[in-house]
Amino acid sequence: MTLSKIWVYAEALDGEVASTTLEILTMARELADTVECVYAGDDGDDIAEVLGSYGCETIHQTGDLDGALVGVPVSAAVAAAVEAGDGPDAILLGTSYDGRDVAARLSVGLDRPVITNVVALEVDGDTLVGTEPIFGGTTDVKTKFTGEGPYIALVRPKSVAAEPSDGAAADVEDLDVPDPGSSGGATVVERHLEESSGPKLDEAAVVVSGGRGMGDADNYEMVEKLAKLLKGAAGASRAIVDAGWVPYSYQVGQTGKVVKPDLYIAAGISGATQHLVGMKGSKNIIAINKDPEAPIFGIADLGIVGDVHKVMPQLIEALSNR
Amino acid sequence: MPVMNVVVCVKQIPDPADPGALDPETKTLKRDVKLILDESDSYGVEMALQLVDAAGEGEVRLVSMAPNNERSGLSTALAMGAASAVLVSDPALLGSDSLTTAKVLAAAIKDSEPDLVIAGSESSDGYTGTVPEQIAAVLGLPSVTAAKSISVDGDTLKVERQTDTGHDDVECPMPCVISVTAGVVEPRYPSFKGIMAAKSKPVDEKTAADLGFGADQVGWAGAGQEIVDITAAPQREAGEVIEDDGEAYQRIVAFLEQMKVI
Repeated sequence: MTLSKIWVYAEALDGEVASTTLEILTMARELADTVECVYAGDDGDDIAEVLGSYGCETIHQTGDLDGALVGVPVSAAVAAAVEAGDGPDAILLGTSYDGRDVAARLSVGLDRPVITNVVALEVDGDTLVGTEPIFGGTTDVKTKFTGEGPYIALVRPKSVAAEPSDGAAADVEDLDVPDPGSSGGATVVERHLEESSGPKLDEAAVVVSGGRGMGDADNYEMVEKLAKLLKGAAGASRAIVDAGWVPYSYQVGQTGKVVKPDLYIAAGISGATQHLVGMKGSKNIIAINKDPEAPIFGIADLGIVGDVHKVMPQLIEALSNR
Repeated sequence: MPVMNVVVCVKQIPDPADPGALDPETKTLKRDVKLILDESDSYGVEMALQLVDAAGEGEVRLVSMAPNNERSGLSTALAMGAASAVLVSDPALLGSDSLTTAKVLAAAIKDSEPDLVIAGSESSDGYTGTVPEQIAAVLGLPSVTAAKSISVDGDTLKVERQTDTGHDDVECPMPCVISVTAGVVEPRYPSFKGIMAAKSKPVDEKTAADLGFGADQVGWAGAGQEIVDITAAPQREAGEVIEDDGEAYQRIVAFLEQMKVI
């Protein structure tokens, strides 16, 4: 059984489609006869080929939103389409800042529940069942929508590998955006992009992350050095992001980025469930921590019980000399 | 001086260091352990206290929801300096999904007519991350999620909103709902004086029915979703753990060579 139609909330920045969007399209193709996208913007033509090649047949674009945060206008536009009878059986969104906003507003607009943190979806009769990991990924819960659709689900990044189909470029159609009324008004006045060099954290083949065990903010430099030597990206535990050592964009975990590199090196990270849920899908894990009881050793392929202040400089020197 | 009344949504959760388990019978978190204030919410409480201080007049009111009359987490936030609390406590709320939770919290917030509602971006236990925006939608208010800093400029809030690639400067008219990220401010520790004062601060306890909800609208009955299966997820096997004897870095180098990373 498949559903008849699924809409995927597509996210893109300057014409580059988010990897999570392509992953969700890959999932959606298995669940529905027709897969279409909702897109906040007026440059749908620029992404029509990419989205089409992952199975999207039509892009419903809102047009320029004049800097409005997307939650209110996009959810209102989708709700209006559903009320007009043009809506889908299910709407899938990525677990991102904007995806959550749209899903949350839409759930109130349609009076439908949202299933969140989904890593897998299956069709059961005419409804959907989502799988969500809880307790740091030690337990899987399956949740079924029991009421009327459309069903709304927030899918975690990296839940499946994105695989193109042989679809043609998607059609682009305009989606009417109703007047937001009193709910509108939150407007972006300026965007700030962080400078970053090297591969992206959630796409890198190697990720080196530091935690509280690094001692203080200055020592984080060792993490960046090692990441650079391995042509990887530098990441961080929530503890040192909260402490202000590195920006939030470095954070790996339940809050933060989900990473699945070939190699993950955890330096001075004890392995709170918060962190494990964001990196336990890595192919290989090396952990360095002075506490032999640290939970990170329970999932590491190679665990070094030792002082990061000794092991890291030795490792960096050995690699620098090669 | 303008008056600034802020409602902060707070959740009382099992200690994340000992997260407990799902009760296979009720399919909800076992909450027989002592509950604490979700650390994610302590940032919202602190932010609210600072904004009220800056305004010079106003107060911070807490709103929380629990299936039993649990208060220990509220006490922490009251001890930090919040003036009062509304606790929606009702066994019927057990199993409520995020939409129902937002409807109930919105109903509890409404009468206070706050200038601002603050919540954490996501709870540490359920981490749906949708409730603040759902509350805003139920109340018909504008909202900004994932705020990493907030300042007030007349009737407008200026917010730095976290993005995947940096941050956006966002302006939002009040009243509105803001969700804050961890680290937005450094939460204060309750003082002894604060802890003592908290004991006499008013906690207004309400049931779902007090707020106009029927038993079929909340809890499992109102959820529109049902847990059909709970299974242990496949776990990684632990590999080799060695003690650093001064040469352990060579084992890492060998591992990297074997992986052909170097």
